[in-house]
Amino acid sequence: MVDVLYFASVRERIGLPKEQVETSAATVAELVDELRAKEERYELAFSDISALKVALDQELATFDAPLTGVREVAFFPPMTGG
Amino acid sequence: MAVRVQEEPFNAGDELNTFSKTSTDVGAVVSFTGLVRDVAGGLQTMEIEHYPAMTERAIIEIVEDAKARWSLKDVLVIHRYGRLEAGDTIMMVATSSKHRADAFAAADFLMDYLKSRAPFWKKETTGNGASWVDGKDEDEDALNRW
Repeated sequence: MVDVLYFASVRERIGLPKEQVETSAATVAELVDELRAKEERYELAFSDISALKVALDQELATFDAPLTGVREVAFFPPMTGG
Repeated sequence: MAVRVQEEPFNAGDELNTFSKTSTDVGAVVSFTGLVRDVAGGLQTMEIEHYPAMTERAIIEIVEDAKARWSLKDVLVIHRYGRLEAGDTIMMVATSSKHRADAFAAADFLMDYLKSRAPFWKKETTGNGASWVDGKDEDEDALNRW
């Protein structure tokens, strides 16, 4: 079970900020595939993952990163701070 | 070093005065203040979302990186979130060092990294509706300078 968080446009497309997901995905990319298969809003939110970023336990990571031991996965568009 | 992520407004001038007085061993202080810029169509509000569990940690990492690259006496980063209006102060960065080159370079570096590596997202609402501000390729490219 992992906590999956969504921010900004990803949060709006999926329609919720956070959910718990039961998954056996080995990598972020596999988790994305599972989410996309759930419902159309997920398919839409993850249609172009090259335009998205991911953080694992609050550290930026890549989509091929393993999920072993990870408790929190966050998906969001490129950041616009400053 | 001080990193503050807050919803409340702050006075950049007061912050800079306080920051400049903390040590007598400092010869240079550089500061940058970011403001909400008005846009075509007239900005009604700018909403800044962030990732509370990650934001402060990500900024501290960026500051630590700057401290490893330049000889700095102190660093201050303040970044707001929540609802802002045109002309409001969004954030500020201040750096101090013995000589100005370190303070200038570190402030420039910090701004480049805060733009695209600190988990904030801006949404602008104008008379034409609301839209998320896109991350720019040039902001990403700016990181290659360092």
